[in-house]
Amino acid sequence: MKPTLAVWKFSSCDGCQLTLLDCEDELLELAETVTIAHFLEATRSRQPGPYDISLVEGSVTTAGEVERIRQIRRDSRLLVTIGACATAGGVQALRNARDHAAFKAAVYPSPQFIDALDTSTPIADHVPVDFELRGCPIDKRQLLETITALLKGRKPVLPDYSQCVECKLAGTVCVMVAHATPCMGPVTQGGCGNLCPRVGRGCYGCFGPKENANTEMLAAEFAALGADRRTIRDLFGNVTAGAPAFAAERARHDG
Amino acid sequence: MPAQGLDDLIGLLSSRGYEVWGARERDDALGLMPIETAAELPRGRVEAAEAGRVRLVEGPRDAVFDHTLPMHGLKRLVHPAEEKLYATGPDLVARDEAVAANPVAVLGVRPCDLAALETLTQVFEGGPYSDTRYRQRRDALFLVAVNCMRPAATCFCASMHTGPRAEAGFDLSLDELLDGDRHVFLVTAGSARGREILAELPGEAACAADLDAAEAGSRACAAAQQRRMVEGVEGLLKRNLEHPHWSEVAERCLSCANCTMVCPTCFCNTLEDRSSLDGAEAERWRRWDSCFTLDFSYLHGGAVRRETASRYRQWMTHKLSHWHDQFGMSGCVGCGRCIGWCPVGIDITAEAAAIAASEQGQTRSGDET
Repeated sequence: MKPTLAVWKFSSCDGCQLTLLDCEDELLELAETVTIAHFLEATRSRQPGPYDISLVEGSVTTAGEVERIRQIRRDSRLLVTIGACATAGGVQALRNARDHAAFKAAVYPSPQFIDALDTSTPIADHVPVDFELRGCPIDKRQLLETITALLKGRKPVLPDYSQCVECKLAGTVCVMVAHATPCMGPVTQGGCGNLCPRVGRGCYGCFGPKENANTEMLAAEFAALGADRRTIRDLFGNVTAGAPAFAAERARHDG
Repeated sequence: MPAQGLDDLIGLLSSRGYEVWGARERDDALGLMPIETAAELPRGRVEAAEAGRVRLVEGPRDAVFDHTLPMHGLKRLVHPAEEKLYATGPDLVARDEAVAANPVAVLGVRPCDLAALETLTQVFEGGPYSDTRYRQRRDALFLVAVNCMRPAATCFCASMHTGPRAEAGFDLSLDELLDGDRHVFLVTAGSARGREILAELPGEAACAADLDAAEAGSRACAAAQQRRMVEGVEGLLKRNLEHPHWSEVAERCLSCANCTMVCPTCFCNTLEDRSSLDGAEAERWRRWDSCFTLDFSYLHGGAVRRETASRYRQWMTHKLSHWHDQFGMSGCVGCGRCIGWCPVGIDITAEAAAIAASEQGQTRSGDET
């Protein structure tokens, strides 16, 4: 019997699930290799658990989601979180250090109907996670590598190096050194395929903090390049703002 | 050779089947890439390089080679950033990936990069086992050196004894002599195939004044270098493996690995296995790795070098000290790329000097008591 694959959505934009459909050439082969048992973005047909591999997109932002992820964990042999929301809380985690009630009142005419937690948190804050795929969205090659490796029982090759290594492997000119453009690359985990620096833009940190991220020194360098406090705060306040290393650095430049 | 002879040189190399590469301006930096005419070289441009800054600006004169170094040296040509080594299928027979080593002539190789190539040769071929992929790529290179007449602020080759004048290791070498309206190149052959090309180049035999001018230019370039490596750094670092300065550097170091990527001698690589979804086909790839990553020191049970201080120490002591034990030479050629391309401007010469200064300070205070 073929292994079963399930895809789950929490608070998110669906972009990471879409990466699976974006696999195009490999998608048919994947469908032959696994039984896609639950993937609402692709099909209404649903099969009951347990599942061999669950891919989980999105962050936990409601009490209902707290319960739902626990059930999915119970139903899944391997649970892989995919994307910045599932691994760091997503852009919606910007509310974590703020007055959530004030946000609700500012945005919604009837905020009393909004039933959401005060925080947006990654899946790993609620249940054990076997693997995390970073990114906003995730990288298609990393997704296929992870599924391939897990099906064969080997460790996926997911580098933990900085975005700078990707730039240098590709021969991309450093936007900080050559152009004085603030870039999150030195503290950000690589894996996106060098998307922004190769077109002359600073890295946005979509893949979240690399291990050992020296955010304090990088922030000091941003200041030396002429970035003001607010700019530095916002550089650490993108889709992975909820990751502890970035949240702490962001807080140092807030207010 | 008159200055226009550069195009004759490019033509002669092309006619012998070489793709000619040189430093070209791309994205406001110098990259080593194919060129078709000398007009593509960054004539008149120089690097305003400092620790953590590399900017191209107009130079004071119209020289072709007053700039110094492209971001990457020759390393990419002989040791690619990523390459497939072999593939295998259900028969489990490894099928080697052929090396696509097309002949490349590099125009404008600096003495430090020549020294770096010698270093890589020692690394890949100096021991009992030789890397045949390296040799095939190395054999495909024709090297036209250029002796530096102007250092960048990050250069310190004079103190590493690798430049600014190339004595050997090239097929041809050039000295650019620019004096008012007179713009010529002194051409020296360093190999039999270099002599063949030299015989076909335009120009006349060099006069003693030109030879003197070239030598004087090299001396002036050495004297103008703003950075130098402290004397006896090999022993200095070995004596100071527990120095508090390693932690001080770690406060600034991002462990981003840029220094190791741009270093022309950093050769570390890792092997990655890739497999098809159905598991029927597998490939083994080699790609550059860095001692600044956590995975690099992963042994059974965990990574050995978790702290940035231990990673920086590993890199610098290997480069400047333990390389001597391993390969009988220094691993640093004084090109200064690690200084310029570090996003936060960590300076290997300054870090060595800081440790040296503290040692002298200890000696002094010891004398007083």
